[in-house]
Amino acid sequence: MRLENLKIAKNECLNESVFEMEFFGVTEPLEAGQFVNVGLNGFSLRRPFGVADYSRAYKSLTIIYRVQGKGTEFMSTLKAGNYAEVLTGLGNGFNYSGVKKPLLIGGGMGTAPIYYLAKKINESGIKPTVLLGFRSLKEAFYLEQFKKISNLVIATDDGSAGFKGNVLECIQTKNLAYDKYFACGPEIMLKNLAKFDGNGEISLEARMGCGFGACMGCSIKTKGGFGRVCKEGPVFKAEEVIFNE
Amino acid sequence: MSNLSVKLFGKTLDNPIIPASGTFGFGYEFNEYYDISILGSICLKGTTLEERYGNPLPRIAECPAGMLNAIGLQNPGVDKVISTELKKLKKVYPKKVIANVGGTLVEDYVETVKRFSTASSVLAIELNISCPNVKSGGMAFGTSAKSAEELTKAVVAVSTKPIIVKLSPNVTDISEIAKAVEGAGASAVSLINTLVGLRLDLKTGKPILSMNTGGYSGKGVFPVALRMVYQTYKAVKIPIIGMGGISTAEDILEMFYAGASAVMIGTENLINPYICKEIIESLPSVMEQHGISSLQSIKGKAHL
Ligand SMILES: Cc1cc2nc3c(=O)[nH]c(=O)nc-3n(C[C@H](O)[C@H](O)[C@H](O)COP(=O)(O)OP(=O)(O)OC[C@H]3O[C@@H](n4cnc5c(N)ncnc54)[C@H](O)[C@@H]3O)c2cc1C
Ligand SMILES: Cc1cc2nc3c(=O)[nH]c(=O)nc-3n(C[C@H](O)[C@H](O)[C@H](O)COP(=O)(O)O)c2cc1C
Ligand code: FES
Repeated sequence: MRLENLKIAKNECLNESVFEMEFFGVTEPLEAGQFVNVGLNGFSLRRPFGVADYSRAYKSLTIIYRVQGKGTEFMSTLKAGNYAEVLTGLGNGFNYSGVKKPLLIGGGMGTAPIYYLAKKINESGIKPTVLLGFRSLKEAFYLEQFKKISNLVIATDDGSAGFKGNVLECIQTKNLAYDKYFACGPEIMLKNLAKFDGNGEISLEARMGCGFGACMGCSIKTKGGFGRVCKEGPVFKAEEVIFNE
Repeated sequence: MSNLSVKLFGKTLDNPIIPASGTFGFGYEFNEYYDISILGSICLKGTTLEERYGNPLPRIAECPAGMLNAIGLQNPGVDKVISTELKKLKKVYPKKVIANVGGTLVEDYVETVKRFSTASSVLAIELNISCPNVKSGGMAFGTSAKSAEELTKAVVAVSTKPIIVKLSPNVTDISEIAKAVEGAGASAVSLINTLVGLRLDLKTGKPILSMNTGGYSGKGVFPVALRMVYQTYKAVKIPIIGMGGISTAEDILEMFYAGASAVMIGTENLINPYICKEIIESLPSVMEQHGISSLQSIKGKAHL
């Protein structure tokens, strides 16, 4: 973890409520699946976002966020050149070493961290299969970027693009082959995936106090005991997580 | 040179800055962020006799100038805290620490305190009789002078360490409770714990927290905490550890003027993990600005 004063390089609208924000000045490398906690003027608590992209060469970090409430609404008004105090390098990332046929699954805003993971796996010499689920095509983003680095499959609830149905139905219907999956998205999606196949890694969300392990605000139950989403997570082995009924 | 040292239970602390219970884990993880050996002491996460998971999520809700929490005393239980957490902490923090004990029944507190009494790195034991986030016990002990007194007596009888009783602000007159626990043998009081609060979700109209209510802490509570320290100083002779919304070196001066002998910093650690370090570094120059040579000398100045 580091507290960094980062310069906003870009804050652009990707679709009606989703924005891409790029920061410069990141001093420590970030791993796929880690998150950052963004300080906002006038708000007590920071806002957590997955690392959607990171470049060591440019010291740059990208997050992709949906305007959800007051904090993200405020973020959408920030301009290139503004600064933000960001806690970077939080949590543990995905472990994809040794994986031969990965399936990457992003649901809704869970697509954001999946992009950086796809990029890293592609750089390691394996073109991953990426399955993205959205309610509707108009909520989708980054599709062109994904096509360049992965075999992209899309599922939409309303059938406006790709497979009509959710990501699990898509995996089953299309018989998507993989040796291990990596997923981020709504809890219900992750829960169903974990039930379907325990051999995967899932990235969870929780309301956070600190984001670095100090307050126990984000603890979930796992087979090995407590797990703080911000410290032991946000990525957990699917078979380890005990979901609420 | 400004003198930051303070005396507590006959021991000298290098400075009066102590991270508050529940906002600093078991301490050692913060050593990844800065050298924690600069801290006056460390107050450990609330510990119970048995392991507890705590309350279901969500446990956190944001507020203007602070937050609500309803953690519910998640901890691995006293035996593991002594055998594992304290050992890990000792490696990076050679000074003595303050254990914080919660519970449901008097017997739980008594047994947990007995076990902490055997731990050599524990300076004192803080009794949390003011946690608003557990169904039974907790705050119930701290909102009646009679039950606070009984619990304190029972614990003091078995403890080989000084007992600090942590008071709840959710009472009509905090000084009454302070007097009761002083009479029962407490070596100090600490205040305040969190104020019971509520936030509702604008979309659903329902509480954000799984427990509905939670404890309000952070900058916003500072004036309330300060008033309670001030009021308690008039009522008791034992030392007061002041806390609630402290976020600057100036806040610490105010706490000392009101009568505190040491301070604890809570929520601000969660917002800025370096806050204790920053305050320890800025305190000497802030004291100098105000012509203060030693903290001990300004204690209770508001009452003169
Ligand atoms: C590890 C992690 C990674 C995340 N990655 C992304 C991402 O890449 N893109 C994205 O769009 N969103 C992401 N989120 C969700 C994002 O943090 C919330 O949408 C955001 O905090 C909402 O803030 P707000 O002020 O607009 O909403 P408000 O509802 O006004 O916020 C009030 C409080 O609730 C918290 N909160 C509200 N919704 C959530 C939520 N879903 N998760 C956690 N805290 C919440 C806020 O942080 C704040 O403290 C992530 C969450 C976590 C925990
Ligand atoms: C997340 C969180 C967890 C806490 N856990 C405990 C606890 O286990 N035991 C306890 O006595 N107080 C606990 N507290 C209360 C604090 O120690 C402190 O009394 C209170 O937050 C007021 O100080 P502050 O405004 O500086 O945070 C907790 C507070 C927070 C925010
Ligand atoms: S958010 Fe504080 S421990 Fe995870």
